[in-house]
Amino acid sequence: MKLYCLSGHPTLPCNVLKFKSTTIMLDCGLDMTSTLNFLPLPLVQSPRLSNLPGWSLKDGSAFLDKELKECSGHVFVDSVPEFCLPETELIDLSTVDVILISNYHCMMALPYITEHTGFTGTVYATEPTVQIGRLLMEELVNFIERVPKAQSASLWKNKDIQRLLPSPLKDAVEVSTWRRCYTMQEVNSALSKIQLVGYSQKIELFGAVQVTPLSSGYALGSSNWIIQSHYEKVSYVSGSSLLTTHPQPMDQASLKNSDVLILTGLTQIPTANPDGMVGEFCSNLALTVRNGGNVLVPCYPSGVIYDLLECLYQYIDSAGLSNIPFYFISPVANSSLEFSQIFAEWLCHNKQTKVYLPEPPFPHAELIQTNKLKHYPSLHGDFSSDFRQPCVVFTGHPSLRFGDVVHFMELWGKSSLNTVIFTEPDFSYLEALAPYQPLAMKCIYCPIDTRLNFIQVSKLLKEVQPLHVVCPEQYTQPPPAQSHRMDLMIDCQPPAMSYRRAEVLALPFKRRYEKIEIMPELADALVPMEIKPGISLATVSAVLHTKDNKHVLQPPPRPAQPSGGKKRKRASEDIPDCKVLKPLLSGSIPVEQFVQTLEKEIL
Amino acid sequence: MDPECSQLLPALCAVLADPRQPMVDDTCLEKLLDWFKTITEAGSSLLLLQENPCLVELLCHVLKPQDLSSRVLSFSLRLTGVFAAQEDCFQYLQQGELLPRLFGEAGPLGGAAWTAPTVRSGWIQGLRSLAQHPSALHFLADCGAVDTIFSLQGDSSLFVASAAGQLLVHILSLSMRGPAEGPPSLQADDWPPCAQKIVGHIEESLRSTATPQITQALNVLTTTFSHCHDPWTQVLWVQLHPLVAALLQKDPVPAAHSLVDLLLSVARSPGLSSSSCGLWETLAQTLSHLSPTQAGLLALGILKLQDCPQALRAQAFAVLLQPLACVLQATAQGPGPSGLLDSTAADSVTADMLLPSKAACVGLLCQTLAHLELLLPLPQRPCPWPQAPLLGAAVTLLQLCRGSGSPASDAGRQLCALLLGCVRVQRAALDFLGTLSQETGPPELVTQVFAVLLEYLRSPDSSPTVLKKAFQATFRWLLSSPRTPGCSDLDSHTLLFLRELLPVLQKRLCSPCWEVRDSGLEFLTQMTRRWGGQAGFRHALLASEVPRLTEQLLRDPESYVRASAVTAMGQLSSQGLCVPPAGPEHPGSQQSLLGELLHILSTDSEGFPRRAVMQVFTQWLRDSHADVVGDTEQFVAGVLQVAGQDLDWEVRAQGLELALVFLEQMLGPPRSHCPYAVTPPVAAPAGPLTQALQSLCRVRLFEFAFRALFDCDRPVAQKSCDLLLLLRAKTASSSSLQEPRSSPDVASVEAALQRWRAGDQAQPLGDLEPEVVLAVLRSMDLEGLRGALAESSDHVEKSPQSLLQDMLATVGILGENEADCY
Repeated sequence: MKLYCLSGHPTLPCNVLKFKSTTIMLDCGLDMTSTLNFLPLPLVQSPRLSNLPGWSLKDGSAFLDKELKECSGHVFVDSVPEFCLPETELIDLSTVDVILISNYHCMMALPYITEHTGFTGTVYATEPTVQIGRLLMEELVNFIERVPKAQSASLWKNKDIQRLLPSPLKDAVEVSTWRRCYTMQEVNSALSKIQLVGYSQKIELFGAVQVTPLSSGYALGSSNWIIQSHYEKVSYVSGSSLLTTHPQPMDQASLKNSDVLILTGLTQIPTANPDGMVGEFCSNLALTVRNGGNVLVPCYPSGVIYDLLECLYQYIDSAGLSNIPFYFISPVANSSLEFSQIFAEWLCHNKQTKVYLPEPPFPHAELIQTNKLKHYPSLHGDFSSDFRQPCVVFTGHPSLRFGDVVHFMELWGKSSLNTVIFTEPDFSYLEALAPYQPLAMKCIYCPIDTRLNFIQVSKLLKEVQPLHVVCPEQYTQPPPAQSHRMDLMIDCQPPAMSYRRAEVLALPFKRRYEKIEIMPELADALVPMEIKPGISLATVSAVLHTKDNKHVLQPPPRPAQPSGGKKRKRASEDIPDCKVLKPLLSGSIPVEQFVQTLEKEIL
Repeated sequence: MDPECSQLLPALCAVLADPRQPMVDDTCLEKLLDWFKTITEAGSSLLLLQENPCLVELLCHVLKPQDLSSRVLSFSLRLTGVFAAQEDCFQYLQQGELLPRLFGEAGPLGGAAWTAPTVRSGWIQGLRSLAQHPSALHFLADCGAVDTIFSLQGDSSLFVASAAGQLLVHILSLSMRGPAEGPPSLQADDWPPCAQKIVGHIEESLRSTATPQITQALNVLTTTFSHCHDPWTQVLWVQLHPLVAALLQKDPVPAAHSLVDLLLSVARSPGLSSSSCGLWETLAQTLSHLSPTQAGLLALGILKLQDCPQALRAQAFAVLLQPLACVLQATAQGPGPSGLLDSTAADSVTADMLLPSKAACVGLLCQTLAHLELLLPLPQRPCPWPQAPLLGAAVTLLQLCRGSGSPASDAGRQLCALLLGCVRVQRAALDFLGTLSQETGPPELVTQVFAVLLEYLRSPDSSPTVLKKAFQATFRWLLSSPRTPGCSDLDSHTLLFLRELLPVLQKRLCSPCWEVRDSGLEFLTQMTRRWGGQAGFRHALLASEVPRLTEQLLRDPESYVRASAVTAMGQLSSQGLCVPPAGPEHPGSQQSLLGELLHILSTDSEGFPRRAVMQVFTQWLRDSHADVVGDTEQFVAGVLQVAGQDLDWEVRAQGLELALVFLEQMLGPPRSHCPYAVTPPVAAPAGPLTQALQSLCRVRLFEFAFRALFDCDRPVAQKSCDLLLLLRAKTASSSSLQEPRSSPDVASVEAALQRWRAGDQAQPLGDLEPEVVLAVLRSMDLEGLRGALAESSDHVEKSPQSLLQDMLATVGILGENEADCY
């Protein structure tokens, strides 16, 4: 059993598991932090961005000044943003049989894999994962395609030149494999390969293994996966949460008795408690708006935004913010808000019961009804006529490199009355803000990451007791900035095995048994003999028939009847003659006695 | 006993003796018993029994085998004890063989009723009351009660067990008080047999291997030494001391908590000269044998003792500081001792206690912090006080709880993992840190204190209670921060801190959690009250958004927050720190703060904000606030009018407070009631008095006060009565306003007041003339009213007669309830 690790990002995993005769890809995450090295794509022509000086080498040579621009001491690539794909050279991806997706954030690299590697298998995911994943991809494609950029920089990627660049460009990994965003066609084609599954549904893969998605409690339709054969069980835990937010709670019990537990997608901000952060978010939002400033919340169109809107729903009246408009701007804003209301069966119990009342499960429906929350596909069109300040704007993309957020950063960045509040934990907020410097706007970092923290993990591991734990290397030591925090790492016995990008891990457990079926007629013919109380043996002569990973013992073909005019025997006489049963040898050999007998016989 | 009660008593006794009439409410029985106690304390019990034979009948009756409720049985036992406390009555009851039948083997002791804890408790309490004279001792010996009490010490009911222990102490002390022929011998061998028996039992228990037995013996001794201080207690201690000391040889020390109690009670006992009995040695030994948690309690007790050898005090203090020393050592950056106490190397026992489990670690640390907090303000606290290391320890603990410390050792990291996010330790450490502000510390540590406080105030993870404590501690430290000599303003460090603090406060005032907004406002009020007049503070505050946010919180949905915002705004406004709301987004808030507060007073649906408004207004009037001084009469009239109609009595009472302030401003403060004052009362000049009274009439103060006088809430009526009495005293000496009280106006006002008193307050009094008011005042029996109001509201219902009637009524003997429905 082997694990091929194609991604180094612990929360955007992409691993391939070879188990029995199957090749299973676990998640297909796309590392988008690479986009932080690029200049933002402004929706409206930005004189500031277009007038940034080109960057030149220390020796004064300026051949890169078309590709690299300098802003407040940082260097950015002036080109269409590119993404860092999972490793494609480590294993032939055309041999992947299936891809299991655990949540909509972990499928963003899917088109790259299914469309460009010769992949012919099936992708399994739950319905909300597919629908919301589609929205995320659609938004991404839309953000990038609507700002066409002629230039595509490649000179800087030359290894010899990259060495000369300042950090962080100098340290960027695998820049040669970075790719531009996929197209909507590729997205549609990739999504067409997905087969929908429900929680606890058992899916047979070639008769060899069975895979089952379990609720993971992190997002709508998010799942962990059980991959098991008759005698082995591998659990894949990715992006799980024990907090009571909107999704169905995590199914922990089914993870018990695993031989191997692959653990990914823990919280990226283990020191921040989501409750405290939500409070912080509300306080800062209110503080800004009361002083007449605007609040910008860069976010994904689905996920935490539902919880934030719910908190604000309870908070705005009490904070006297009822007259403040809330805007949600995304090409998929409408679909996201509506989808969330129809996936009742994937929601937590509280929200499910509302559906029977009947009421919309999420209170943002009421916010929309009362005109407190308005949503727009883009800042062009209706929005510009409705726009009223001070206001709160939720919009993407959290990397601040593309999407409507770029415009608001340019618009509001100059005033210290305004605030940008970062809630998505995927991007470093300082790096995200770098191309907007100098910035007068206030910046608040309240990352809300509801995924498991280390305390919850250690409780989970104690409860489910896997034989072996496999996790990204980042989880086996405290974060570099807090090396004394021994609590910020996975602590289990035996110690967890760690992996890093482009590593192949031999999983430490050997398969010992295989299930073989025995045909009824053959079983009928067996004559067990009790060799000691409770244990019987029988000799079997049979043919082992193997097909579709199923093994069956069949009666041996009858020797051809000698042709003759003899009358055929009756079937009952067909059984081989019941000779006197010879004693069967079993158990361990009493060596001394055996040697003595041998000596005696030989002599 | 009055004849009415005597008449009711036989019926009541019959009810009590009747098992078919269950007495549901046993508080009646308690009240009845209290009543009998007062009667017997005042007079002869014997006479009482002879005059009311029904009582003895009742006591005899309960002895008959029947299904009597255990409550009545218990009551009868206790009642018998109350009667038998007097020796002649005891003899009387003895003659009737009543006592042995109630308290001896033949009584409830052997029967089924004994299974009820209340009966066992009644038995003990009966004996406790009865055991007051030597005859009682003989009786106890004869009926074998002492053995029963021994066994009751281990009773399943804690109340019974504890009462049994106390009864033993009482009997021991009674028997040692001895017969009339003189004080008992100081030789234990010559002690009365009863005392010897009890002491023997205690000795036997102390030798026992069973912890419960040892605990019982230790508890009896603890009670003995804390209540009896006669010379014999010293003999007792000398005799038992070796047995107590022997307990320390066991591992673990049994009944450690009780042992600590005993040793402390012996040490505190004035009857013992501690030095002669080896007590100090035992205490020192105990300190070193007990676990850190148990030793902490003993150490605190020792340090509180007035006279105690210095070495023992030092040892106790070291034990108390041990856990904090461990914390400092575990987190020490460099090598070398942490410096908490040079003699206190963090010992391994405490470290072992701290590290393995979170519960033990948190418990021990919280206990230690609480003990030190108790010790700090005491005059006998250890000297020198290790202020700097303690500050360091508190700061370190707070850092560990936040995960912001950077311990270098493994133990430190382990400690960090245990304490991370622990709210209990955070609260205890913040309280302790606040208490430490009474002393100063080295500047670099004080800087750290402010840094850690700011960290807590900023942290989104601080729970509301932790945050409140952090605000309190911050205020205390700000109070203690050094002043620049010759200048009353805050020093530059504090001002710098303040500039960092105000943005945090701003954010907290917008918190979604109302508790946080509330504590933020309270903190602001405290700060403004203290430093509102100082330029540095004013400048920093006005540069922030805090005043504007506070103004917005007047409309908070949570009433507590609104109340705190009212108080804070009142304070800000008094100091001239209110910013007029500006900007187009506040169209409705152009009105003055006074108007806004009046609006709250008249419309807010909750009492707290309205009470807060009244307090602010009273303070404003007292301080001659600018908004009030302009037209004080109009202000007072408006406030009184609104307050008078308020449904909340506290608002009305506060209205009277405001009226009083106004009155004093008009007429001068009340004259001193000092009995030694020699200066005769000076007659108030008539001219200004008339004007003042006219002013009072114009603001309709009298109408308000008269209405309050007949208020259904007693405190309001009392306050109003006091106010009117004061007014009458003020005006008594002025002769110019004397008017015959027969004017028609006076009569009509009096008639109106009569109707008010009867509950019809619809009709207003109209415009009053000062002369009329004074006449009415003089004619009213305000003193009588005050006397009536001073009586508790149930003074009529509390009489014994009413109690007996009530008890009879509940069972329907009085007949009213027996009416046939047909």
